[in-house]
Amino acid sequence: MSGVRVLVGTRKGGFILASDGKRSRWDVSGPLFGGWEIYHLKGSPADPNRLYASQGTSWFGQLIQRSNDGGETWEPVGNRFVYDGVPGTHLWYDGTPHPWEFARVWHLEPSLTDPDTVYAGVEDAALFRSTDGGQTWQELPGLRNHESASSWQPGAGGMCLHTILQHPGDAGRMFVAISSAGTFRSDDAGGTWRPINRGLRSEQIPNPTAEVGHCVHRIAMHGSRPGVLFMQKHWDVMRSDDAGESWQEVSGNLPSDFGFPIDVHAHEPDTIYVVPIKSDSEHYPPEGKLRVYRSRTGGHEWEALTKGLPQRDCYVNVLRDAMAVDSLDSCGVYFGTTGGQVYASADAGDSWAPIVRDLPAVLSVEVQTLP
Amino acid sequence: MIRVVLPAHLRKLAHVEREVKLDVEGQVTQRSVLDALEARYPMLRGTIRDHATQRRRPFVRFFACEQDLSQEPPDAPLPDAVATGGEPFLVVGAMAGG
Repeated sequence: MSGVRVLVGTRKGGFILASDGKRSRWDVSGPLFGGWEIYHLKGSPADPNRLYASQGTSWFGQLIQRSNDGGETWEPVGNRFVYDGVPGTHLWYDGTPHPWEFARVWHLEPSLTDPDTVYAGVEDAALFRSTDGGQTWQELPGLRNHESASSWQPGAGGMCLHTILQHPGDAGRMFVAISSAGTFRSDDAGGTWRPINRGLRSEQIPNPTAEVGHCVHRIAMHGSRPGVLFMQKHWDVMRSDDAGESWQEVSGNLPSDFGFPIDVHAHEPDTIYVVPIKSDSEHYPPEGKLRVYRSRTGGHEWEALTKGLPQRDCYVNVLRDAMAVDSLDSCGVYFGTTGGQVYASADAGDSWAPIVRDLPAVLSVEVQTLP
Repeated sequence: MIRVVLPAHLRKLAHVEREVKLDVEGQVTQRSVLDALEARYPMLRGTIRDHATQRRRPFVRFFACEQDLSQEPPDAPLPDAVATGGEPFLVVGAMAGG
């Protein structure tokens, strides 16, 4: 019988939540790497037993762990993330030049076709790739060497490359998003990059429609329609119908268009999910009500999904990497909160139940749909 | 033989007990001890010293013989008691945060 494996990264370790296709009873295992921050865990689409984890602390730096058996056992692999050449400077919060410094791996994105190839999005923003299962890492320096890079600035969480999307039919095309530089596209497998931020408007930068400088929190695509991108920006939910060449706002009737994650239904490319947050200085849901909003029209028109979610006195956040969907017939949707809850819906968001309530603050949630 | 005491997180990572015993060639310094440690336990590379600069990570401290050696040059000789195995070289996570 098919099943799902939910990979949860938290401030104090990783957890694996497993269920059969009914998704009503769950086995919870962990913590993995207890006491360490697990920014992200993700499985290979080409081999579901191959998992990668980003493990770190301020004390002992960055580690990468790899599992070849679906998370039963793990081994540390390469953790040498060294920028190509002389890294130069970007801008600091106060607008002064600041040296590029590696801090951590925010996001690991395994190749769609090769379990040994995996990309890493890091802070300070850069893209690395391993083609030997994580043993060694090489920067794809075309991104950080973009002519605009010296003007990139960090967002509140640091200057992180947090999203990596691979075009399923064109191995050359990739998208990345950086807080707070914006979204970039490569059409030559990561060799060169160009910003794709036309249509974004950010009042927090001197030129609100500048080519770079936008605090993009997350972008998402559906594999069957890779020319359509959805974006949760610092403020504004956006959509592009031309692979990022231009963007239109689709915030519509959302109670707040600030938020972090955005994701797409596994079978309905125009059904998307966001979690509105009150504001950039008040990182909790409006009115203390934890509501996922779903649009079945690719934006503009949104409905609140509340059944099973706390509708009073709730002041948690949902971070950018902490939402995912499975691909079972009835699409499952999952998200984790800074309060340590992981909620699941087995009916595309109509109803929700917590899988666990009391984990450390959740940093990331990924789902594997297993045969 | 040099004795090195590692913090709990790194002991777990390297699958070792509290104290590690190492043979160090030549002069016994922070650098030679850490080189020997990382050669024996490659998974510790980057956790004590930065990969690129080889500098001590900011939240890591080095103690021995009731002295803080964190600010000593990496090629300065360690105390005789460490070099002869009488006292351990302690790698310590800085007491910062809860």
